[in-house]
Amino acid sequence: MKKPSTRTAATRTALGLVSALGVAALVAGCSSGSTAAPSGDYEAAAKDLAAEITYGVWDQTQVDAIDANIAEFNKEYPNIDVNVNVTPWDSYWPKLQTQASSDTLPDLFWMNGPNFQTYGGAGKIEPITGEVDADAIDPANYPEALNDLYTIDGVQYGVPKDYDTIGLWYNTEIFERAGVDVPTDDWTWEDFDSAASAISASLASEGIYGAAGGMDGQTSYYNTIFQAGGEVISDDGTESGYDSEATEAGLQFWTDLIESGGSPSIQQLSDTPAIQWFTSGKLGMLWSGSWSRTAVAESEFADVIDVAPLPQGEEQATVIHGVSNVVAASGKNKEAAQALQVFLASEAAQQQQGDMGAVIPAYAGTQQAFVDSAPNVNLQVFVDATEYARPYPVSANTAEWNAFETELLPDAFAGDVSVGEAAKSLAEKMNTVLAK
Amino acid sequence: MTTGSTIRPARAKAPRLNPGRAAARRDGFWPWLFVLPLLGGIGLFYLWPIIQTFYFSFTEWGVFGGNTFTGLDNYVRLFADSQLYSALGNTLLYTAIVLTGIPIAVYLASLLNTPGLRFASFYRVLFFLPYVAMPTAVAMVWRIIFNGDFGILNYVLSLVGIDGPYWTSTPGFAMLAVAIVGLWSSLGFSMIILAAGLKNIPPELYEAAELDGATPWRRFTSVTVPLLTPSIFFVLIITTISSFQLFDLLYALLGSSNPVLPKSMSLVYFFYSQGFVSNDKGYAAAIAMVIFLIIGVVTVLQFRFQKRWVNND
Repeated sequence: MKKPSTRTAATRTALGLVSALGVAALVAGCSSGSTAAPSGDYEAAAKDLAAEITYGVWDQTQVDAIDANIAEFNKEYPNIDVNVNVTPWDSYWPKLQTQASSDTLPDLFWMNGPNFQTYGGAGKIEPITGEVDADAIDPANYPEALNDLYTIDGVQYGVPKDYDTIGLWYNTEIFERAGVDVPTDDWTWEDFDSAASAISASLASEGIYGAAGGMDGQTSYYNTIFQAGGEVISDDGTESGYDSEATEAGLQFWTDLIESGGSPSIQQLSDTPAIQWFTSGKLGMLWSGSWSRTAVAESEFADVIDVAPLPQGEEQATVIHGVSNVVAASGKNKEAAQALQVFLASEAAQQQQGDMGAVIPAYAGTQQAFVDSAPNVNLQVFVDATEYARPYPVSANTAEWNAFETELLPDAFAGDVSVGEAAKSLAEKMNTVLAK
Repeated sequence: MTTGSTIRPARAKAPRLNPGRAAARRDGFWPWLFVLPLLGGIGLFYLWPIIQTFYFSFTEWGVFGGNTFTGLDNYVRLFADSQLYSALGNTLLYTAIVLTGIPIAVYLASLLNTPGLRFASFYRVLFFLPYVAMPTAVAMVWRIIFNGDFGILNYVLSLVGIDGPYWTSTPGFAMLAVAIVGLWSSLGFSMIILAAGLKNIPPELYEAAELDGATPWRRFTSVTVPLLTPSIFFVLIITTISSFQLFDLLYALLGSSNPVLPKSMSLVYFFYSQGFVSNDKGYAAAIAMVIFLIIGVVTVLQFRFQKRWVNND
C-alpha cells in the first residue's frame, strides 16, 4: 500500500515544480514586452566607422544587385561589414515577428505595405525624420503614393526601394483573330467590357476568354474601387470603405465581367490561375503587375504580348506597392544601419539596382533599364502609372481583414450573393477588427 | 575477482516474488538517468508547451508578445463562433471518409499476404510509396489531376459521359477531394501494420478451417478479421488522430488563395488562420485546447469500446 502513495506524492511534487517554473517563465515573459520609443535621431556616420551590420531581405534573385550596392557602399565606408541575410518569403514574416518580439531584428531590413503599420505602430522601426531633416534623404525623389504607404500620422519610416504598378497585359494575336481593336491609352470600362465579351463570344469554341478577374485585390478589385472613386479603407486606416456606393461599383465591375461571359468563372480561376490562362494563350487580357514581365517573356506568346494602361472608370487609377528599407529601432549599430539606408536610397544605388534588372527602382528617373528590358512591350506604362497611382490599402492589422475579403468577395463575383450584401457584411466585419 | 563479486549477491537475491520492482528500487536513480534524455525532451517539447498553451488560452496577445489575462473570454467567443462548428463538421467528414480506408486496407493486406503471390514485395512498395511521399508534392500532383478544365480525372469522367465538377473549387466537393487524397495516402501505412498483424496469425488455423471446408471468404471473415482486430484497433486509433490533425494536405491541395478554403477549413487550419494569419495567439491557443480535448475524448471512447470487438487473446 505504501508504494503507490509515495509515487503519487513524487508525481505531485514534480507537477508542482513544473507549474511553479511555468508561472516564473510566464512572469518573465510578460516583462520583456516593453521597448524604448524610437527617436528618429540621425547623425551622418564617420567615414571610418567600424561596425558589423545585418541586412534582412527575402528575394534571393536580388542578392547580386544588393552585393553590387554593398561593394559601392564599402568604398565610402570601408569598415562597415554588411551581412546580407536572405530568408525565403514564407518564413520571412514569422521570423521577423519573432525577432521583433525579442528585439533582435536585423539592423536594416525589407518591409512591405501590409506589414508596415504593425511594426511602425509598435515602435519597432526607426523613423527617417532625422535623415530627411539632414537632407540625406529627400522623399520627393520617390513616388508620392509609396511615401504615403510608409507614413503613419505624418511620420515616414521607410525609404522606398522599388515598386510595382498594375497594367493591362494583352495578347495582340487573340485580338486580331477576334477582330477586336487592341486597347488604347484612354480606354474606358465600357471599351474593356465590350472587348472582353466580344473575344469570348467569337473564340469560345477554342476555350479562349476575353479577360479574367476578381481573384485578388492588388491586381483586380482594388484598382476598380479606386477608379470608381471609392476606397478600401479610410486614409487614417480606421474605417472600412466597403460600405460606400462607389466601392460597390468597383466590385460590381468584376461580377458583371464574369456574368457577361467575358471571364472564366471564379471556380475556373481558382483551379487555373489567371496568369496561366494568359501565358498559355487562352486569355485576351490580363490585369496584372509589372512583375508579370518575367512570366510573359518566358511564355511562347512573348512576341505577341503588349501592355496598356488600365481602363478608366470615374477616374484613372492603379494600385502601387513597393518594398522599403527600414532601420530596426533596437539595433546596436543604428548609425551604420542608417548610413546604409541613406546609401541605398541614393540615385546611384537605385540606378545600379535597375541596371542589374532586379526590379523597378523607386528613385525618379532610374527606371529606363526596366523599360528597355523588353523592347517590344510598352513597359513605360508601369512607370507613367506612378503619376496616378494610389497606395496599396493597409492598416495596423491588414492580414485580419484581408482574410474577410477572400472569404466574402468571391461569392459576390460568382453571383451567388449580391455585391451590396457582400460589401455590407465585409464592411461590418472589417470595422470590428479595425476597432480593436 | 571483481566480476565474481558483482554477480554473486545478485544471484543470492534472485528468488523473490516481484523481481522487477525490487530491481527498480535497488537501482536507485540510475534508470532515471538513462531515460532522462527522452523524458527531458518530452517534458520540454511536449508537456511544457501543453501547459503553456493551456495558460495562454486564457490570455490575449499583442503582436510582438506580451499577454494579458482575460479569463474565459476566448472560450466564450470560440463557442459562439460559427467557424468552429463548420471546421468541426468538415474535420468529422474528412475523418469519416478516411476511416473507410481501413476495411479496404484489411482486404488489400490479406490479398498481399496470399501464400505464393508473385511480386508481393513490389506491390507492398507500390502501396507504401504514397505514405512516404511528401504531402505537399502529393498535393501538387493531385491538384493537377483534379483541375476542373484540364485535369485528367474530369477527362476520364467525360469519356463515360459524366460532366465532372470543379473538384478543388466547389464547396463540398473540395472536402471530398481532400479526403480522397487523404484516404489514398493513408492506405500504405495501414497496410504495413495490418500485414505485420497477418504474419502473426498461425497458419494451422487456416489449415484447420480449410479441412473443415471453409471457403476463402469464410476463412477471411472467421479467421483473418477476428485475429487481426488488435492491429485494426491500432490503425483505427492512429488514423483517427491523424485525420483530426488535417492541415498540410488541405493547405497544399486547395491553396491559400482558394475562395472555398474559408468554407472547407479543418480544425487545425482554423487554428492556423487565427494564430498565424490574424495573429490572435490567445484565441488560437483556445482552439488548440479544444482540438486536444476532442482528440482525447474520441481516443478514450475508442479504448472503452474496444473491449466489445477487439480480440486480445
